Amino acid sequence: MASVTLSSVVKAYGNVPVIHGIDLAVNSGEFLVLVGPSGCGKSTLLRMIAGLEEINDGTIAIGERIVNDLPASQRNLSMVFQSYALYPHMSVRKNLAFGLTNLRMPKDEISRRVTEAARILQIEPLMERKPRQLSGGQKQRVAIGRAIVREPQLFLFDEPLSNLDAELRVQMRVELAGLYQRLGTTMIYVTHDQTEAMTMATRIVVLNKGVVEQVGTPYELYNFPCNRFVATFIGSPKMNMLEATTADGAAEIAGIGKLKLPTGIPAKGPVSIGIRPEQIAIGDGGDLAIPGKVSLVEYLGSEIFVYVQLASGERLLVQAPGDARIRNGEPITLSISGHQAHYFDANGQRIGPKGKRQG
Amino acid sequence: MQKFLRKNAPAYVFLAPWLIGFFLLAIFPILASLYLSFTQYDVVRPPEWVGIENYQYMFEFDYRFWKSMQVTFTFVVISVPAKLIFALAVAMLLDKGIRAVGWYRALFYLPSILGGSIAVAILWRQLFDYNGVINSVLRFFGGDGPYWLSDPRYSLWTLIVLAVWQFGSPMLIFLAGLRAIPQDLYEAAEIDAAGPARKFFAITVPLLAPVIFFNLVLQMIEAFKSFSGAFIISGGTGAPLDSLLFFTVYLFNEAFSYFRMGYASALGWVLLLIIAAFTAIAFWTSKYWVHYENERG
Ligand SMILES: Nc1ncnc2c1ncn2[C@@H]1O[C@H](COP(=O)(O)OP(=O)(O)OP(=O)(O)O)[C@@H](O)[C@H]1O
Ligand SMILES: [Mg+2]
Repeated sequence: MASVTLSSVVKAYGNVPVIHGIDLAVNSGEFLVLVGPSGCGKSTLLRMIAGLEEINDGTIAIGERIVNDLPASQRNLSMVFQSYALYPHMSVRKNLAFGLTNLRMPKDEISRRVTEAARILQIEPLMERKPRQLSGGQKQRVAIGRAIVREPQLFLFDEPLSNLDAELRVQMRVELAGLYQRLGTTMIYVTHDQTEAMTMATRIVVLNKGVVEQVGTPYELYNFPCNRFVATFIGSPKMNMLEATTADGAAEIAGIGKLKLPTGIPAKGPVSIGIRPEQIAIGDGGDLAIPGKVSLVEYLGSEIFVYVQLASGERLLVQAPGDARIRNGEPITLSISGHQAHYFDANGQRIGPKGKRQG
Repeated sequence: MQKFLRKNAPAYVFLAPWLIGFFLLAIFPILASLYLSFTQYDVVRPPEWVGIENYQYMFEFDYRFWKSMQVTFTFVVISVPAKLIFALAVAMLLDKGIRAVGWYRALFYLPSILGGSIAVAILWRQLFDYNGVINSVLRFFGGDGPYWLSDPRYSLWTLIVLAVWQFGSPMLIFLAGLRAIPQDLYEAAEIDAAGPARKFFAITVPLLAPVIFFNLVLQMIEAFKSFSGAFIISGGTGAPLDSLLFFTVYLFNEAFSYFRMGYASALGWVLLLIIAAFTAIAFWTSKYWVHYENERG
């Protein structure tokens, strides 16, 4: 188990900067998830920690040791690739043993570790097969097995579940979470998948265009996003945004009405008001009633997503229980409450209470 | 039958030029040479059937046949691995991402286009001549080059160097094969603490095995059949001291210097059988060291 510390890490491919000076402290034993839009540099960051990619500036330390110039093999870490990267000509057993053989570990120790990993991942019956004879889920298990036999102080995962179908994904997610509880090793995990990030992470790092937007627990990120980007990126379906101007302790939303601001929101100039779809109520019970017309209903079983066209031209997405009787084209009244909303200034920074630790 | 003809006649008309060429230029000479190999035939008089006498003589009495076998096998056994290793080495360098790869590829391929030609063989003769370029360079540095071409100890080596110099086409095939190996396997191996040698022998070689095998068979056949270089450099005779008496050169001399067509045909068939046997051996052993990715099992 080891902590990982990145200080002002910079990376450019040629003269295209990709990572713009990232500071990040990963605690020992933490499950840190990196999320961000495609191309924001998640894989690059992970590969720099792994030692597969050189860094242009700054330092990376694993534990107390600065590893900038240490080759990947000496960083005592394992990596699971999105493509699995299993050696196609070796049996599962040899795939697992390959790294240990290279470290010149005694034979019986290798076989003990391989057997143990096979037992944990339930791949014992597959040990003599070649990777092409395995299903996607089985390959993924072998890839994870290859990572755990090393007994490293740090695991790196680059979208390990993204090639699996939805059901297998959920299953492997649960297994990975179990594995983490059992090993307690530091993990850094890259994903596109909101659910994976929210369920598995002890902390999430939101990355955007090579800079860290916010680091926090899933609870903090969901309830106290520090800027517009994080607010709209975390949470599915996406947070609604309404533009308003503030005066006299209230926000005037153009063409809709006035929303009284909760205490602690300094009222000055334009604000963006963010409301999550599940925090918009149907009917008029909140601080501000908003009339509109249903333009689309998506039925998901346990819940429905209702797209509401407002008179002002904006569209709100509302999440309602699955048994709500709402039809296309109907007029509808929505209501929002000031204390449930998020407020962002003209620069997109959060106004009001910053995240407290989850109580 | 009539219906078949009516339906397919146009197709056969279109195929005719090729079919006629195939039968006239390939099948007929092949069968004729098989027949001739059991005869004595000097082009002037009609062939005279002698049974297996040609073959018997070849194996029992013809020491020049055995000499040509020795020369040819030495050439094959040394030049083929040397060429493949050199081609693979260059391909790996190019694969490492040298700039202007396309330009280098063309440059390296050039000898293979020129290499088989008479002109290059003549050029080679002048390079390695006692007063040629190679020795001039050696003399400049104070050395004294030997008679490369007329000393039987060196003459075959000049041809081996000529063969290796034509590494372009196996190199291109290796390069394509290397490009097809996923990069992340090397990254996984990097994390798995594999050094450069281990990566080469545990990842590159096994994954390249089908390509290595393909190149090996192709180059082996090529080397057995190699002719023009030895013919030109030895002045058509296999000289000095038969050290360049390639099987093909010997065959040519029997056929066109001495007009022993029957015997030459027998030699031709022996060469064919040797090539077939070695190709078969290569295929047979391949199942122990070549693993195809797309094959189940
Ligand atoms: N080898 C490379 N050469 C040049 N540019 C690269 C290279 N690898 C990545 N990039 C660029 O760096 C940026 C970050 O890439 P990276 O792979 O880290 O993104 P990512 O966040 O992992 O995206 P995704 O979610 O799609 O996997 C991208 O704009 C990409 O085009
Ligand atoms: Mg990526």
